[in-house]
Amino acid sequence: MSLENSNDRRDPEGSVGHVTPQKLVIEQPLTLACGIVLPTHTLVYETYGTLNHRRSNAVLICHALSSNHHAAGVYEDDSKPGWWDHYIGPGKAIDTNRFFVVGVNNIGSCFGSTGPTSVNPETGDPWGANFPPLRARDWVESQKLLMESLNIDCWAAVIGGSLGGMQAMRWSLEHPDKLLNAVVIASSMKLTAQNIAFNEIARRAIKSDPDFCDGHYLLEDKVPLRGLALARMIGHVTYLSDELMGQKFGRDLRMGDLIQGKTDPVEFQIESYLNYQGDKFSDFFDANSYILITKMLDYFDLAREYNHDPVAAFSHAMCNFLVISFSSDWRFSPSRSQEITDALIAAGKSVSYIAIDSEHGHDAFLLPNQRYQDALGGYLSRVADQLEGVAP
Amino acid sequence: MNHDIGFIKDWIEPQSRVLDLGCGDGSLLISLQEQLDILGYGLEIDADSIRSCVARGVNVIEQDLNKGLKNFADHSFDTVLMTQTLQALRYPHLVLDEILRIGSRCIVTFPNFGNWRTRAYLNFRGRMPVTKQLAYQWFDTPNIHFFTYADFEALCKERNINILHRQFLANGFPDKLLKSPWPNLFTEIAVYHLSR
Repeated sequence: MSLENSNDRRDPEGSVGHVTPQKLVIEQPLTLACGIVLPTHTLVYETYGTLNHRRSNAVLICHALSSNHHAAGVYEDDSKPGWWDHYIGPGKAIDTNRFFVVGVNNIGSCFGSTGPTSVNPETGDPWGANFPPLRARDWVESQKLLMESLNIDCWAAVIGGSLGGMQAMRWSLEHPDKLLNAVVIASSMKLTAQNIAFNEIARRAIKSDPDFCDGHYLLEDKVPLRGLALARMIGHVTYLSDELMGQKFGRDLRMGDLIQGKTDPVEFQIESYLNYQGDKFSDFFDANSYILITKMLDYFDLAREYNHDPVAAFSHAMCNFLVISFSSDWRFSPSRSQEITDALIAAGKSVSYIAIDSEHGHDAFLLPNQRYQDALGGYLSRVADQLEGVAP
Repeated sequence: MNHDIGFIKDWIEPQSRVLDLGCGDGSLLISLQEQLDILGYGLEIDADSIRSCVARGVNVIEQDLNKGLKNFADHSFDTVLMTQTLQALRYPHLVLDEILRIGSRCIVTFPNFGNWRTRAYLNFRGRMPVTKQLAYQWFDTPNIHFFTYADFEALCKERNINILHRQFLANGFPDKLLKSPWPNLFTEIAVYHLSR
């Protein structure tokens, strides 16, 4: 039934096996882009593979809107593998035999790291809608504190898809000497008006739910499940391609039929699928986090502070780049990746750009694809060779 | 390619920016990087070639030449290379204009259709030539324009393209010996260094 979360994700081969999340309380104050200071914050993270003696083989995985630190492997009590298990593991594209891989849940999200569902120490109540607005750079700064606590001086690579790619790009500008490679997948230097429009429709859906209570639903002991489900359904449509939806669901009916003279209720498969995805999502994601992080996406503009000149922005970067796009992605279309690539070339940075043919829309960055795997794996294998002194 | 075009390193400034249109597995860029420490980028659309470029650390950009090069700014490269591709493009003259817009200098190579083997093939067999340089049947060939070096020079003259250097290559016998006195008859591959 479900497209990307079906059993085909459960590939035991090359799995990092059982993993356990770790929790880090960062006592160092974090000044956010909005000016508000988080005196302390908590990050939940996972690591796979082994940090080498020189501590040089660490790779940071940056998650997108709704995922988290659980990027690979399985928990003892849950057979569902991490969200990027296809690409992280021994012998996989992000090879845990060679890299020490760090997955982190970012602040503002809702999987154990400090966010809207955490208690605001000043009030003793959950932050809820009062959680400070965030920018991608705040995630980068928080990740840097995690990096320091792990005693890592430089990432071999910072890798991410979608919003994750935005973090990788921001890393390259904010801390150019702290990463050797940035892998930017299905991403963009800024959202288009259409992207922002879809995000606003999703936020409006959440806020329209009577159980939203202006964002303070936790205090009221309520959850805006219907609004969040609707928000996810809207988002989900933008992650898939028209072509794929047509192939997978077409006009197939889940129940009833359209023969004249019948009054039985009719449901299309796509309706059922979307409702299922929406309901499943609202069971585990927080509505305030969804609003917060979609706004973070809207606000992201890589070159804003560089006079809106992406070439001037990237001239600050020191790392090498790999940019990957997917043909049917209409949320962050290949043109967005091409713009990133063009700016990097004009700035004289090392970059390769791979345009993968895929029917899976934006979600393609999470799904198995041989060319994608080869490109990512080939690039990172050379990075590992360089670290190990095998390649020039 | 069987022909060694290593001599083009003398036409390229050390540490300059080089764009190789149709870079294949990246061998040429790698040798230029090693010898001249250039900053090189290759355009390629073949998946296997792209994979080897990535694995070898060559900057490779997946982009189809035939869909234009508008994303590259004027004079954004010191040298634009295009080896054995001109004859396969839909509008070679327009691409020439484009690469002379993007690069201050350009180096192009192409098979010389005036070579005696192709002439003889067509003349005596009455069939479209299938030779080492043009190893396809007429219906499946990627080479859709056939021209001699003399045709190319006429085009350069017409479009005000300066020829900085030219080099005629031939490996076969007697081509190798006779290409100097009779270049259009015995050149297999022509190599041009151009500017506007």
